[in-house]
Amino acid sequence: MKELRLMKGNEAIAEGAIRAGADAYFGYPITPQSEVMEYLMMEKPHERTGMVILQAESEVASINMLYGAAGTGKRVMTSSSSPGISLMQEGISYMAGAELPCVLVNVVRGGPGLGTIQPSQSDYFQTTKGGGHGDYRLLTLAPAYVQEMYDFAALGFELAFKYRTPVMIQADGLIGQMMEKVEIGDQAARFTEFDQSWATTGKKGRERNIITSLDLDPARQEQHNIHLQAKYADIVKAEVRFEEIQTEDAEYLFVAYGSSARISQKAMQLARAKGIKVGLFRPITLWPFPTEQIDAISKRVKGILTVEQSAGQMIEDVKLASQCRVQVEHFGRMGGMVPSPEEVLEALEQKLIGG
Amino acid sequence: MTEEIIIAGFGGQGVLSMGKILAYSGIMQDQEVSWFPAYGPEMRGGTANVTVILSDQKISSPVLRVYDTAIILNQQSMDKFEESVKPGGLLVYDGNGIKNHPARKDITICRVDAYAEAVKMGNTKIFNMIVLGGYLKMKPIVKLENVMAGLKKSLPERYHNLLPANKEAIMKGQEVITVVE
Repeated sequence: MKELRLMKGNEAIAEGAIRAGADAYFGYPITPQSEVMEYLMMEKPHERTGMVILQAESEVASINMLYGAAGTGKRVMTSSSSPGISLMQEGISYMAGAELPCVLVNVVRGGPGLGTIQPSQSDYFQTTKGGGHGDYRLLTLAPAYVQEMYDFAALGFELAFKYRTPVMIQADGLIGQMMEKVEIGDQAARFTEFDQSWATTGKKGRERNIITSLDLDPARQEQHNIHLQAKYADIVKAEVRFEEIQTEDAEYLFVAYGSSARISQKAMQLARAKGIKVGLFRPITLWPFPTEQIDAISKRVKGILTVEQSAGQMIEDVKLASQCRVQVEHFGRMGGMVPSPEEVLEALEQKLIGG
Repeated sequence: MTEEIIIAGFGGQGVLSMGKILAYSGIMQDQEVSWFPAYGPEMRGGTANVTVILSDQKISSPVLRVYDTAIILNQQSMDKFEESVKPGGLLVYDGNGIKNHPARKDITICRVDAYAEAVKMGNTKIFNMIVLGGYLKMKPIVKLENVMAGLKKSLPERYHNLLPANKEAIMKGQEVITVVE
């Protein structure tokens, strides 16, 4: 029988990283994700698998430790929450440019600025539209269950190494702090078959590998950009992930990710009990965004409500995907306030059905 | 079966751990569970609450506006959550420190004077388990053996000598809870 544990989302992603065979974690505490490092420190994975845990002096230090360790071909992870992730943006851009694999975790809290410590989803633009400078993209996974916090650690490493690119796991305070049942898998080996031929592992008779994002020759830099864009196009083709719930007969559609998807699913149940046929579309990858799938559903529904704990960020991608074919409205709470399922249903009735 | 519960009181009363024990008990009998705390700077002395859901089906929203059961342990929480009990639902409260007693006629109201009993038993730390026992008398959603198994899993081994006292507290709660007419 599989091992079941009651865990917080933050603890689950920490255990998931150990079991995925991660080599190192560098981080700096910030609510609502401090349990990630607390759990790792308690578990002492250096005694279990040899995985290194280090508390850095700041988020800027963490991301640069990640850059260095990732350059040696190791599986490395950091986690933070919104203000800390803002501090890391320079390093994330450098890692995207230098094609370094890593797993980043953002347990989003209310902003802007230091904001609040309560759940939010207002970092969607930052993660999916840039954040740092330059033409790069961040493969972004959005867990909605504590089980997915656990599972996405391994998936994150797999995708990061498959494409040699940073992967963001974008959760929020609700998923980080809540507890659910988690099925724990087997321990993966730390040293695996990942291709490390590009890494700085000691020259030993081969040509030297240089890890850098700097190339002052614009013609070569353009070639590098063309290479990156081709890689991002491959990701768009192969890595779109999503979940559809009762969309087959839906007249209206909720589009929501992470904790908002859970809340919207309950709102969907309340709506169906009243005879309103609503479906739920949950993007699991925020980038690449499930554009084609939303395009297809938008042809058969009367209206779409995006539910986000923000002022309305993902709604732009939903409007682009549905090509403004149907009415697309946004409902959200901000600054750390979490909507109730009843509020979501009321918004649907007011903005789409009554309107 | 789905049971949606809010447990609310002062930080330090064992609100969050009572919820955790309930959630663990649910796991012991193969149910789906969720536990979501109103986390924040309110630790000891402030207000604390946790939403716990036990269900035979996969749980959608861990956040709710209305509940099948409210377990209320101070006046502020009474003011906030009395109205959130679904019609026909259950409100369990400890009378200690309550000035404005619940007045709704469309729900079942039960009183368990857990703090007074805990003082009598000479151990105020088992307060929350007396409350839990009272609740389980009214809604036996988890079996006592599963509560004990859940407790055993959630308590570090060095505290396993406290298991009998916890069991005694649960029994006491079942004994002293009364329905308020």
